[in-house]
Amino acid sequence: MKEIVIISGKGGTGKTSVAAALATLVKNQAVVADCDVDAPDLHLVLSPTIKKREDFYSGVKAVIHTDKCTHCNLCKEKCRFDAIEIVEGKYRVIPLECEGCGYCSYICPVETIELVDEKVGECYISETHYGSPMVHSQLGIGADNSGKLVAKVKKEAKQLATEKGIEYVIVDGSPGIGCPVIASLSGADYVVFVTEPTLSGLSDLKRVWELTNKFQIPAGCIINKADLNQEVNNSIEEFLQVEGIDRLATINYDTDFQSAITSGISLIEHDRTKWGKVFSEIWNKIN
Amino acid sequence: MKIAIASGKGGTGKTTLSANLAHYAAQTKNITLVDLDVEEPNNNIFIQGNEIEKLDVFRPVPVWNKDACILCGKCTKWCKFSALLQLIDEILVLPELCHSCYACSELCPVNALPMQDWPLGVYNHLKEGNLDFFYSKLNIGVEQAVPLIAKTLKNIEELELDKELEIWDSPPGTSCSMLEVVKNADFVILVSEPTPFGLFDLTLAVESVRHINKPVGIVVNRYGIGNDEIFKYCEKEGLPIWATIPNKREIAVLYSKGELIYPHIPEFRAELDKILDNIEKIRGEQ
Repeated sequence: MKEIVIISGKGGTGKTSVAAALATLVKNQAVVADCDVDAPDLHLVLSPTIKKREDFYSGVKAVIHTDKCTHCNLCKEKCRFDAIEIVEGKYRVIPLECEGCGYCSYICPVETIELVDEKVGECYISETHYGSPMVHSQLGIGADNSGKLVAKVKKEAKQLATEKGIEYVIVDGSPGIGCPVIASLSGADYVVFVTEPTLSGLSDLKRVWELTNKFQIPAGCIINKADLNQEVNNSIEEFLQVEGIDRLATINYDTDFQSAITSGISLIEHDRTKWGKVFSEIWNKIN
Repeated sequence: MKIAIASGKGGTGKTTLSANLAHYAAQTKNITLVDLDVEEPNNNIFIQGNEIEKLDVFRPVPVWNKDACILCGKCTKWCKFSALLQLIDEILVLPELCHSCYACSELCPVNALPMQDWPLGVYNHLKEGNLDFFYSKLNIGVEQAVPLIAKTLKNIEELELDKELEIWDSPPGTSCSMLEVVKNADFVILVSEPTPFGLFDLTLAVESVRHINKPVGIVVNRYGIGNDEIFKYCEKEGLPIWATIPNKREIAVLYSKGELIYPHIPEFRAELDKILDNIEKIRGEQ
């Protein structure tokens, strides 16, 4: 099984459009995993039917049972996250501030602080409109275990691929270089960067490449909206060459990207003749 | 007044708006611009200035003291983040997973886990005229952005700058790092685009911001692409649209070169004026 992760560093470069195009190109050869867990958009193109829904728990939150509380203030003193407040004389945990470290519960002399499992989000196992398996999720508001949810989505996708004898897992990652991206990269076989010729795009590409390099995963790059700035485009191409990143494709600014998204279909479904050729070439280079 | 500029979807124009709004407003006002998208900060491409301060930012993490440790293993059971592992004859600390809660360090019966500073990223302070510009950059491989965001905001607060307006460029998404920014702001501007992706991610962002009871204004960027659904949604939800920025190739080209937009495109500047008028209005109401 081969896991292909699509990331970009910078947001809005066309990551999800690429993921959807590749998915609809190879159809039942791939399980699709949407790992952009706090802004998941792939379902808007692949219109999955949810087959199985599962609550995902990770980490804990502290809850103070005030009946036994002696107001010793130790919990409030020790909490490094200022997550304990006193409301009308009663000690209370502010859920949004609580990191779930458990310290307050360990030191409470009357053992009245409970650690309750935290629901981080929901994970869905679905079937795309063309019948292939897809795993996606919804992160709870402000949840701080997005990396764990990414790992869960990937694990489910890999398991489905193994069970059904499917050769590829296509992962749509999130922007940035933090925990969800690190979780997306872990265990991947190939990374596809989608970038654009802007100084921001180049700066973000360099940072996400530095991260990818730590994992020693081979990578390729699609330059989208390539005709926006020739100079920066050249800088990106030079960077790819120096770093040994495969040049997968150079795509000029094309309103098909927006038209397809607006119609809720992939580029392949939008214009098979034109985009089928582009993405077949990309797919061949990846493999 | 502290205004967070956020979005659900990445690449909708948060940084374009933050840098231009701050730079434009600083022509007549005392302004602070803070880039809190610490994973991929880009305001520094658009804003220059004289360097005032550059600091490495640290976070305390435990360090194992082999000589003191009795290998009781309690620390590994306390740690909810799996940042401590007990091997045959050693305790392994994984600083990138540590949340700096101090539980292991302070509860260790033999004080074998003293806390020591671990680098998170770099904090920068620049100044150009009336504009104080701050940005922090997360070190590659550091998983958690929240501690760097919190430290950056704390450093700035301690400077006690007398500012009419603070503009905070937030990370994309709706997870902990975005919440860390918006929860400390007085008002949130959500930037989106009129596509189904932009709309879906906007609904998630609105839900998050409402969850913590922050007032919201919407800026629709790249107006002209996609459809009108975002406007219908905003009307239905009673969300005020503060500005509508047209989809123009010239804007994208200026952005690609790292140039500010408003000095070149009057239409864009007019939208910034609308936003500043709205900010004045809510300042008056407060």
